This record gives sequence, structure tokens and C-alpha cells, in this order.
Amino acid sequence: MVMAASAESIAVPQSDETRARRDGFADRLFRRIVAGAGIFVLATLAGVALTTLWGGREAFATFGFKFVVSSDWDTVGKQFGALAPVYGTLVTAAIALIIAVPVSFGIALYLTEIAPPWLRTPVAAAIELLAGIPSIIYGMWGLFVFVPIMGRHLNPWLNEHLSGWPVVGALFSGTQYSIGLGMLTAGIVLAIMVIPFISSVMREVFLTVPTRLKESAYALGSTTWEVAWDIVLPYTRTAVIGGIFLGLGRALGETMAVTFVLGNVHRLSLSLLEPGNSIAATIANEFAEADSEIFRASLIALAFLLFVVTFIVLAIAKLMLRQMEKKEGK
Amino acid sequence: MSDAARQAVADRLYFRRRIVNGVGLVFATLSTGFGLFWLAWILWTTFTTGIASLNGKLFTMMTPPPGDEGGLLNAFAGSAMICLLAILIGAPIGIAAGTYLAEYAKKSRLGEAIRFFNDILLSAPSIVLGMFVYTVVVKQVGHYSAFSGALALALIVLPVVVRTTDEMLKLVPSAMREAGLSLGVPQWKVTVQVLYRAALPGIVTGVLLALARISGETAPLLFTAFDNQFWSTNVAQPMASVPVVIYKFAMSADAGWKSLAWAGALVVTLFVLALSLISRAILLRNKVSND
Repeated sequence: MVMAASAESIAVPQSDETRARRDGFADRLFRRIVAGAGIFVLATLAGVALTTLWGGREAFATFGFKFVVSSDWDTVGKQFGALAPVYGTLVTAAIALIIAVPVSFGIALYLTEIAPPWLRTPVAAAIELLAGIPSIIYGMWGLFVFVPIMGRHLNPWLNEHLSGWPVVGALFSGTQYSIGLGMLTAGIVLAIMVIPFISSVMREVFLTVPTRLKESAYALGSTTWEVAWDIVLPYTRTAVIGGIFLGLGRALGETMAVTFVLGNVHRLSLSLLEPGNSIAATIANEFAEADSEIFRASLIALAFLLFVVTFIVLAIAKLMLRQMEKKEGK
Repeated sequence: MSDAARQAVADRLYFRRRIVNGVGLVFATLSTGFGLFWLAWILWTTFTTGIASLNGKLFTMMTPPPGDEGGLLNAFAGSAMICLLAILIGAPIGIAAGTYLAEYAKKSRLGEAIRFFNDILLSAPSIVLGMFVYTVVVKQVGHYSAFSGALALALIVLPVVVRTTDEMLKLVPSAMREAGLSLGVPQWKVTVQVLYRAALPGIVTGVLLALARISGETAPLLFTAFDNQFWSTNVAQPMASVPVVIYKFAMSADAGWKSLAWAGALVVTLFVLALSLISRAILLRNKVSND
């Protein structure tokens, strides 16, 4: 604003009046173009929400609220309900976070307090490489390497030892555990995929903790762990939660890797060891083969649900991260 | 309590703190090892399996029918075309929007809103973006096309470029703007001829980063660019792309297809990792984070 004003108030000789007018016109035009591009970003996001809602209207109109609470998925009888994929999406993302959050905290702590300084940059870069691997590679590796291992070793072991337990037993029961496809496998692969996102946010905000705060604690005799747990973590709490939500947003919307390892079976099952489905995987798998209008609309309606949920999660993440930036006075 | 007893309590407390600390630090170190372990394992699998099926035919022959010999030539060409087109659409809009944020809307409410929603777009599920393009373009036109695939990928390019351009332009010292403006140069000329030049390495990096993100992207292409078994350069028709072909081939039961999928996976991974390493190195030199 200040700049625009200063540009206009520059004295221009009368003879250059046309030139000044031309420059002023070009300036306004340029400003309009870039502002238009900025608004295009907003329009895109609004467009995504509105068109998926519009495209899925038939499903919402036909099934109403039942679309969200029913687990039917009958492509022949044309009865569709989102419960099984929604459940699968939430459960796989939850498993991913249960694994990824403590590990990411450990990585961030290692990279900011424990590792020798020369090791920090290369290790941090290597962890971030995990985020660079295309998700289809995770999927292939998951299907051909990880799934057989899960089916042969971890799943039978969990089934044998935990299925008899009260409450959690149901999560590890079932008969198809030896295939290896399922919620647990997908959750672990998702955890690997979101670790770089969560740990890099944690690492960045851990670095913003004032040194004198940490040194005061050390001077009072605190151990490294106590500094991390009682000084660094409380100081960065909002941003850490923001980072976790960022990872959650990624985990909810991840498609290809999950499509490979989840099994794509439309059935609501409590067991984590049996094939299931998620919203993104359902769309990726079935959209090209959707042969009826209502089938297609149901899949687009699923996309709308996914978009709304990830939007809310990511908005919370951004708000929390922003709060941290304000605290730093950025 | 006697001195000795007090000392014993203090010793026990001290011992427990040391143990907790030790366990915590071991846990943190193991976590890092845990992360690196998966990276090494995934890359190892991709390399060893991919190299075994890597040969000259990969780049000279078309995608084969099941059971036949072939390569991925049409898929590579398709990917290159779709990604290039996506960059050509997404990057200019992204640079313009980034310019608006950094130069015209630094503290304004609209600028803040755009920044906020741009960051959400940055992490939005790509499959939903593909669905958006499907509803708006593919469904209206009536058939799949490479162009619609490029549009979907452009929506992934956009937020990455907006963010880097915004951050990079902010790094250009205000003295440069003031010097230009005080000479009577119009603001658009200052921006295009002075600021863009100063921020060029950063902006190019943003575009490279965006290219790295879209070249392995599969989900939005499944119902936009779709697939094509043959050589095609017509952007109005379905076109093969490496990720979609990998997906199709990897999920099949055909051994030849599977081995082609692994070879394609290796090439894509190498390309993407090289791109993101290069762009991250440049970004690091410019001391800006981008995630």
C-alpha cells in the first residue's frame, strides 16, 4: 500500500503525461492479474467443495442420512452406504498416528538435542526423503514385500496372543489374518508416510525454543529428557498438535498406498487383521468401473465427505501452527 | 529423618531420573533408526527389484498386452507431456498469486485468507482434486483426456508454487523495491524485472518441487487422463502415464507386467528423489523451509 502510494506521488514532467498514464494503467492491470490469480486459489478450494457436493447430490438425496450410517455397498442392487470406508479411513489414520506421533517426537528430540551437530542435517534430510517417495512406491513395496511378512509373522502372532483378551480381543480376531492385507498393515504403511511430516514440524518448532529457557533448566540440574518433556514440549504444545493434525490430514487422504495394502473389501469388521476399505481406496478402485449413475454419485459423495473431514483437520492444524508463529512474533 | 535416610531417598530419586533419561534418549535414537530403517528398506526393494527388470526395451517399446514383451515408452512420453502441461498451467498462476501475496497483500485480510486456504490446498487429498476435475471437465466433455489430467495435476502444482514464490519474494530486500520505485519505475516493472530476477533461483526451485510432487502422482490421473495402451500425443484423448501404468501392471497377475511395473517404479523414484534433493539443496541454501 505504502509502495503504491509512493509510486503515484512521484512528480512527472508534463511532457511525460502520456507515459505516466500508460504506466499507471499497466500497474493497475498487473495488480488485477495477480490479485485474480490469488482469488483463483480461493475459488479452486470452494469449487472442489461445491462440485463434489453437487456431483454427489443424487447419493445424498436418494439415501439421505442413511448414506453415512449404512454399511451396504451393493453395486447390483444399487444400495450404497459410506460407513465401511469411513470406518476404515478413521481406523487406519488412528493406527498411523498411534505409531507416528511418538516416533516423530523421538526423531525430533534426537535431531535437536542428542545427535552430534554434523549428523543432524543429513539425517533430517534422509527422514524428509521418506516424504518424497511417491505413494505408489509405498503401495508396491507394501503389497509385495510388507504384506507377506505381516501375513506370515506379525498377524498370526497377534491373533494367537491377543485375540483372547477382553475388549481389545475383537481387534485381533478373525480368520483371514494370514493374507496380510488389512487395517493394521495399512496403518503401519501410513505411519511411515506421515512420520516425515510430523517430525519435521516438531523439529522446526523445537528449534524455536529460546536457548536460555533450556539452559536455565539444565543449570538447575535437569536431564535432557526432563528438558524435552517439561520445557520444550509445553513451550511448543500448540504447534506440535498442529503438526500432528497435519499428519492426520495426510493420513486421511492418502490413496494409492492404502489401495494396495487394504484389501478393498466392503465389509464392516472390527478386526484390524482382516481386509477392509477406506474412502480414498474405494474411489480409486471402483470409479473407473462405476456403471450406474447412482454408483458414480455415491463415489463422488464419498469424495465430498473426505474433503470436508480433511479440510477441518487441516484448518485446525494451520490455526494451531499460526498461533505458534504469532507467539514468536513473526 | 536421619541424614543417611534422606541421602538414600535423594539417591533413589536421582537414580530414577537417570534411568528415565536414559530410556528416553535410547527411545529417541531408536525412533530415528526406525525412520531410516523403512527408508532404506523401501529404497532397497525398489532398486534391487527394479534393476533386475531394467533394460533397453523399457525406453524403446510400447506397453505390451499381457504375456508379451514391451516397454513403457508411451507411458514415459505421456507422463512427460501431462506433467509439462500441468506445470505450464499451474506455475504461471501460482507465480502470479504468490506475487500478489508478497507484493500487494502482505498484511491484508484477503492475503491472509489466501495464504491460509493455499496451505490447506497444499495438503488436500489429491484424489479429491481429481474428482473435482472429473466433474467439471471429463463429465462435461464426455470422455477422459490427457488435458484433464494435466488440469488435475496443475491444481497440485499451484499451491506449491504460490507458497515458494510468496516466501522467496519476501526474502528480497525492500531496498531493491525502494530503489526501483524511487527512480520512477512502475511497480509492475520493478516486480517483473528486478524482484523476479532476484528471486529466480527460489521460484525455479518451487517449480521443480512441484514437478517432483506430480511426477509420481497417480490417484487424480485414474479418472482424468486414464490410460492408453498405445502411443498418443493427442491431449484431447486418454493418455498413458507411468504411475497409472505401474498401478495397473502391479495389480495384475502377469509376471511380465509386474516386472515392467518395478522398472517403472525405479525410474520414477530416482527421478523424484533427484528432483527433490536438488530443490531442497537450493532451498536450504536460501534458508527457507517448504512443506
